[in-house]
Amino acid sequence: MAVMSYRQALHDTLRAEMLRDPDVFLMGEEIGRFEGSYKITAGLLDEFGPKRVRDTPIAEEGFTGAAVGAAMLGLRPVVEIMTINFSLLALDQIVNHAAKIYGMFGGQRSVPMVIRTPGGGGQQLAATHSQNVELFYAFTPGLKVVAPSSPADAKALLLASIRDNDPVLFLENLALYNTKGEVPDGDTAGEIGRAAVTREGTDITLVAYSRMAHVALQVAEKLAADEGISAEVVDLRSLRPLDRPTIIESVRKTSCAVVLEDDWLTYGIGAEVAASISDGAFDYLDAPVRRVAMAEVPLPYAKSLEVAALPSANDVVTAVHQTLDAVGRRSVGAH
Amino acid sequence: MTVETAAGDTPPEPELVQLLTPEGQRVPSEHYDPLIADITGDDVRSMYRDLVLGRRVDSEAVALQRQGELGLWASLLGQEAAQVGSARALRPQDHVFPTYREHAVALCRGVDPVKLLALFRGVDQGSWDAVETHFHLYTIVIGAQTLHATGYAMGIQRDGAIGTGDPDRDAAVIAYFGDGATSQGDVNEAFIWASVTNAPVVFFCQNNQWAISEPLERQTRVPLYRRAAGFGFPGVRVDGNDVLACLAVTREALQRARDGEGPTLVEAFTYRMGAHTTTDDPTRYRLNAELEHWKLKDPIERVKAFMVRGDLADQAFFDGVEEEADELAVHLRAACRALPDPTPTSIFDHVYVEPTPDLVAQRESMTAHLDSFEEEAAR
Ligand SMILES: Cc1ncc(C[n+]2csc(CCOP(=O)(O)OP(=O)(O)O)c2C)c(N)n1
Ligand SMILES: [Mg+2]
Repeated sequence: MAVMSYRQALHDTLRAEMLRDPDVFLMGEEIGRFEGSYKITAGLLDEFGPKRVRDTPIAEEGFTGAAVGAAMLGLRPVVEIMTINFSLLALDQIVNHAAKIYGMFGGQRSVPMVIRTPGGGGQQLAATHSQNVELFYAFTPGLKVVAPSSPADAKALLLASIRDNDPVLFLENLALYNTKGEVPDGDTAGEIGRAAVTREGTDITLVAYSRMAHVALQVAEKLAADEGISAEVVDLRSLRPLDRPTIIESVRKTSCAVVLEDDWLTYGIGAEVAASISDGAFDYLDAPVRRVAMAEVPLPYAKSLEVAALPSANDVVTAVHQTLDAVGRRSVGAH
Repeated sequence: MTVETAAGDTPPEPELVQLLTPEGQRVPSEHYDPLIADITGDDVRSMYRDLVLGRRVDSEAVALQRQGELGLWASLLGQEAAQVGSARALRPQDHVFPTYREHAVALCRGVDPVKLLALFRGVDQGSWDAVETHFHLYTIVIGAQTLHATGYAMGIQRDGAIGTGDPDRDAAVIAYFGDGATSQGDVNEAFIWASVTNAPVVFFCQNNQWAISEPLERQTRVPLYRRAAGFGFPGVRVDGNDVLACLAVTREALQRARDGEGPTLVEAFTYRMGAHTTTDDPTRYRLNAELEHWKLKDPIERVKAFMVRGDLADQAFFDGVEEEADELAVHLRAACRALPDPTPTSIFDHVYVEPTPDLVAQRESMTAHLDSFEEEAAR
């Protein structure tokens, strides 16, 4: 067990997988000499050479499509797209090809590739560079989408993604790269499609993923310390497949839930989670499921406006209060 | 100016249109001299002024970013001649689609540089009037604006504003983009589309040799201008640090477009002297020697040398421009700091032309939330 950053966990895991399996190779803009826009591939060009760490032209659809082709004959490309925003230029290759080839060609060839890409606003990168569009991929049958929030999960799920025989979109987050945590030794892969209860509680369930799973934990600690409210946190970790049983089990216990998401509210990931809760725990619910999401605007560039548009810990606290107040349960937690 | 090579031949050294050597010597050209025959001493002095002011706006912006006054800045250092030369070839009715680096083009189009600072400070989303200045807003998704330029050019075509012979009516579009952008599908599709529709658009590629940390070799095996031949329109490589050559070449290309003869690809061969943006550190991926080499080809020094050589300006003129640049700098610093902060609810202002009920409700709820703080503070 070692304490390391999310960035380091990704780096070490990529390196270990490249050492383990010669079919694993990396492609992306600036990943070689520049070591990646966020330095995940530091040192890998020197160690593995340009055949396995390929700097690409600025052509997202081009290199993503090439990875699809390479994967069909058994290579295991791990593509880095600078940010998830630029995956939009590769949407056809991801949604129409990576996700469909296994089915369209009668199961003859699968596409075992990984697309690593960070989402996340709040870095003053303006509207076209600050989106959280993982929903587009989570919506698509044939793709898997994972979104680890801790260094340990980053490692476990990257191992799982590289070894998976289907295409996986591996969502990172700009705000998580420097966060630290304990990471187990060894090379045990995580299970794609399995959520985690990262904090146990009895009064309310907070459901989140990626950066917001951190916010959920912070809010839960604060609620416990300030008000004696016991919040349970479910970190989805995987958006497709979605671990509905874990969500439902938690809500059956707490009887109410708030869903946190960094994307837009309408049709967002939270809507799917809320619908799942309604399907599986309707009779247990004491209050409507609330969602905390981003304002439904293109994210502005000014710092103060970004803050105004993005969901905050305070917004979550307010949503928890409103939910518990609706059923007169806030006072219960207070003693 | 396309160079044909038979398959298998080693391509000859690409031709580079140059009218001013780095030492400021005028290189005569049978083809290009007539295109700038009207350029007077006054014109040269005024171009020199644009180059110097463009560079000063840029260096002030970099400094302001360092002081925390701007979120980001993409420096144009080294690309002044490519920008001023091409922009000075434009007529008022021509329309510009820039990337995020064309600050000197903006200046030549009459955009108040304070508005450029405002954009990078984040107080607004770009407040210059794109219609009035014929200078579109900045695009930061690489290459996308080449398609917009092509579509805009098709609109000009439909309006019949080409080939009439009326110099105040015939119009063209110029799309700026970088060497890295030439790898994008968008740019290649713009070339095809412009070619088959014969759209009045000039594709102006500032080949500054770098796309962040990726050198030109990552994007191409042939000189970029030669790609045009495959798409069916002329391509020309010009010394991007030579303001006269950039002016002449762009004038010719724009006139072809206005005359209804279709697109041209201009490759302005230049060098990004600074970092990619203020968040980048180029010493991590390129050699200082390269920078030193390009310093000798400075786009401003060579015009100055040319002017001194030809007695086009005296020391008082150069001092005057310097003084003007200093005054501009003082003005920019003060004006930038005085820009008002945007109000939080302005995030809802430009999502739709007619706001949806959902958004109106979100805005009202934010207003109520903000008011509750003020009430609290007032108590
Ligand atoms: C579609 C897309 N992919 C990646 C990026 C990230 N990016 C920003 S600038 C840049 C390099 C552009 O190089 P070039 O076209 O040569 O223009 P220059 O910056 O040199 O002026 C890249 C890759 C982006 N903005 N858009
Ligand atoms: Mg470039």
